[in-house]
Amino acid sequence: MILDSKIPEGPLSEKWTNYKASQKLVNPANKRKIDIIVVGTGLAGASAAASLGALGFNVDIFCIQDSPRRAHSIAAQGGINAAKNYQNDGDSVERLFRDTIKGGDYRAREANVYRLAEVSGDIIDQCVAQGVPFARDYGGLLDNRSFGGAQVSRTFYARGQTGQQLLLGAYGALSREIARGTVRLHERREMMELVVIEGRARGIIARNLVTGQLERYAAHAVVLATGGYGNVYYLSTNAMNSNGSAAWICHKKGAAFANPCYVQIHPTCIPVHGDYQSKLTLMSESLRNDGRIWVPKKKEDAEAIRRGEKGPLDIPEEDRDYYLERRYPAFGNLVPRDVASRAAKERCDAGFGVGTTGLAVYLDFADAIKRMGRDVVEQKYGNLFQMYQKIVDTDPYEEPMMIYPAVHYTMGGLWVDYELQTTIQGLFAAGEANFSDHGANRLGASALMQGLADGYFVLPYTMQNYLADQIYVGKISPYAKEFDQAEDSVRQRIDNLFNVGRHATEPHSVDFFHKALGKIMWEYVGMARNTQSLTQAMDLVKELESNFWNKVYVPGSAEEFNPELEKAYRLADYFELARLIITDALHREESCGGHFRTEHQTEDGETQRDDENYMYVAAWEYQGHNVPETMTKEELKYEHIKIAKRNYK
Amino acid sequence: MKFTLHIWRQENAHAKGRFETYHVDNISAECSFLEMLDILNEQLVNDRIAHPVCFDNDCREGICGMCGLYINGRPHGNDDGVTTCQLHMRRFTDGDEIWIEPWRAKAFPVIRDLVVDRSAFDKIIQAGGYISTTTGGVPDANSILIPKHKADQSMDAAACIGCGACVAACKNASAMLFVGAKVSHLNLLPQGKVEALDRVRKMVMKMDELGFGSCTNTYACEAECPKQIKRQNIARMNRQWIGQMFSETGNKK
Repeated sequence: MILDSKIPEGPLSEKWTNYKASQKLVNPANKRKIDIIVVGTGLAGASAAASLGALGFNVDIFCIQDSPRRAHSIAAQGGINAAKNYQNDGDSVERLFRDTIKGGDYRAREANVYRLAEVSGDIIDQCVAQGVPFARDYGGLLDNRSFGGAQVSRTFYARGQTGQQLLLGAYGALSREIARGTVRLHERREMMELVVIEGRARGIIARNLVTGQLERYAAHAVVLATGGYGNVYYLSTNAMNSNGSAAWICHKKGAAFANPCYVQIHPTCIPVHGDYQSKLTLMSESLRNDGRIWVPKKKEDAEAIRRGEKGPLDIPEEDRDYYLERRYPAFGNLVPRDVASRAAKERCDAGFGVGTTGLAVYLDFADAIKRMGRDVVEQKYGNLFQMYQKIVDTDPYEEPMMIYPAVHYTMGGLWVDYELQTTIQGLFAAGEANFSDHGANRLGASALMQGLADGYFVLPYTMQNYLADQIYVGKISPYAKEFDQAEDSVRQRIDNLFNVGRHATEPHSVDFFHKALGKIMWEYVGMARNTQSLTQAMDLVKELESNFWNKVYVPGSAEEFNPELEKAYRLADYFELARLIITDALHREESCGGHFRTEHQTEDGETQRDDENYMYVAAWEYQGHNVPETMTKEELKYEHIKIAKRNYK
Repeated sequence: MKFTLHIWRQENAHAKGRFETYHVDNISAECSFLEMLDILNEQLVNDRIAHPVCFDNDCREGICGMCGLYINGRPHGNDDGVTTCQLHMRRFTDGDEIWIEPWRAKAFPVIRDLVVDRSAFDKIIQAGGYISTTTGGVPDANSILIPKHKADQSMDAAACIGCGACVAACKNASAMLFVGAKVSHLNLLPQGKVEALDRVRKMVMKMDELGFGSCTNTYACEAECPKQIKRQNIARMNRQWIGQMFSETGNKK
């Protein structure tokens, strides 16, 4: 496979301008003759569909929920980054670019990241124009806060519900296009297959989740904005319906999958409390602006806490270990997520963890409350504190929160070039579904920025470059034989799942297998990995997968509203995806960002990159069922930035 | 903990529904309400006695608005300011009988069991619940000054998650709180002023057309809203509704 990243010529800061100046466009009269499918209605999908519709293209958009407004972007709490420099604290496009590249541990593509930083300011303007009620100061100007991995305040926010407000903005823009008739909404539909005709993406097969009917949709191009695959770990901060299947289906049809092993584990989540648990709840990174993270200095104190004999308030100041402030004086509690997560794990593994399980650390607001007063803390973080109290049943104003890392975001995803086009012509990927901007670790408040950058300001340009000559091909027919074949293969896949349960002697539910898969992945492919754990994980996953195909029981039929069936076909894909994650993690003999190989660490436990041998994107190509995938490297060339050790001390 | 569950079962929109009774045991007090239903469903799948109970859910952290069950006669159950997914079993007493129903409103037909079709809300938004901007060509964000208290009020209204509890709580199945919240969110902001009166007119007319009932000011919606959206939003919308009747744009039907 040849990977052409199509990075435009010229100095980094002029690439995007040059690209736009010389790209091909579709004239207004021809736009309405071009059909585009957008799968997913999160920030990337909704903003792309709204923008493409406004330009005059004919857009069909799909979501698995009952409304576009439910997409999981809605759950993002803390904020969105933009290089506005409204605070006059030294921010610039260049600085946001550098922070993002460094935050990603020098494993992201320079040109894409620079463009992201360049358009970041436009996103804020766009959102304000849509009526997003960002936080304001008393003079009526926009307010900012800080996030991990940055020494400036460039994060815009709407209380602890920034994702919700940005999504509602994009949903509003989308709704307007739906009303104007440029976009057609298909809710409760799941993409089941990508239709490729003569090497180009030409449509999808969707399952109507209410009736179970398979439906065909044809188009000149397909945009995949279906999010990440974090739920392969079962317990994550993702929504229950978030899944990796659409991306995986495209991968099996020929789209390369890049860096699957880069999974972000978020440091501040509410710890696991029982086997019945279905998901983990995030406590926004913004809390680290004012909260201080600590564990007891003395093991006997930690043990007493675990036994329930002592509480956090019984530990005097001098016996507390503010380990992030101790290890990383320059960034303190605001180190990037991967660093904070590993540090928490290190303390807990060493026996200093708190909570009944010992797998928790404290996030303490006592100082903040003393400094700013309870009112201010409540104003800034009230809804997060309330959420915590409802779940854990203790009052975080009185007692520190308990937190522990959990799977949150996947930096890996479909490989895309500068135009966000995958290795299948006419198939584009945006938002978390692609791999391009965050390298091996994403900085806080950058996911919202990337999703909206892709949808509002990148795809509406780059897709035209592809679509310009598509005006000659005419309408794509959904009756082509490729659609027949795609539909048959979906039917076959669903039948196979039902057949297992009919013949199984000891059947188990889908969740039974998903929980087991999650445990393997968390234990052996989680925050710390090594050759031994990964090899073991591969064997265990294969064994579980074969058990699944012998024992899974799916009730009901394909022709009805059947959530168990949905879970089953998504899990079938997760097994295959899990194997690719492990393969990728095994091959990458270095530590970088969220990928921590215990064999490759410095004396003080920091990641040790191997730039000489691994400064590349690993793009995997599907070769057939149970055939090892082949890997092609996209070498990363850093022409603008000076590569350095990632140091937050 | 142990519970007896009476759950509304209905195969599809056209089938006749009924309550079925189930028992669950060994439920931890830390378990969420939906996790308790997961446990029941696991039981139903393993015993192969009935199709698992269908209910909508997604984020399970109270923000997506997908979940919504009528529990013992209250939307989202007996805790204030939470969605069904944030309701925990510690709010119940061991041995409780729990009645679980879907939202009941003409504009929200049942799809299956506890799942209803809320696409009417999307249609109301499509009628005018946005500010008409296209991508690009907008002014710098800080060129629009917004007094902090206005931005805060707008944000209070914008916190609506579109779950439909207000409609389910209302004896008339009115959507006034939902529509009032969206109207307030946008119309309080300078960016939303241009289309303000037109917005009220279009959204209210769409709401009526879709079969939502009228408001008789009982404020059950406010009492049951998981995001505690205030009834003042309804009053604000009513004032603007009257305003649009006398305005130039309002009379243009």
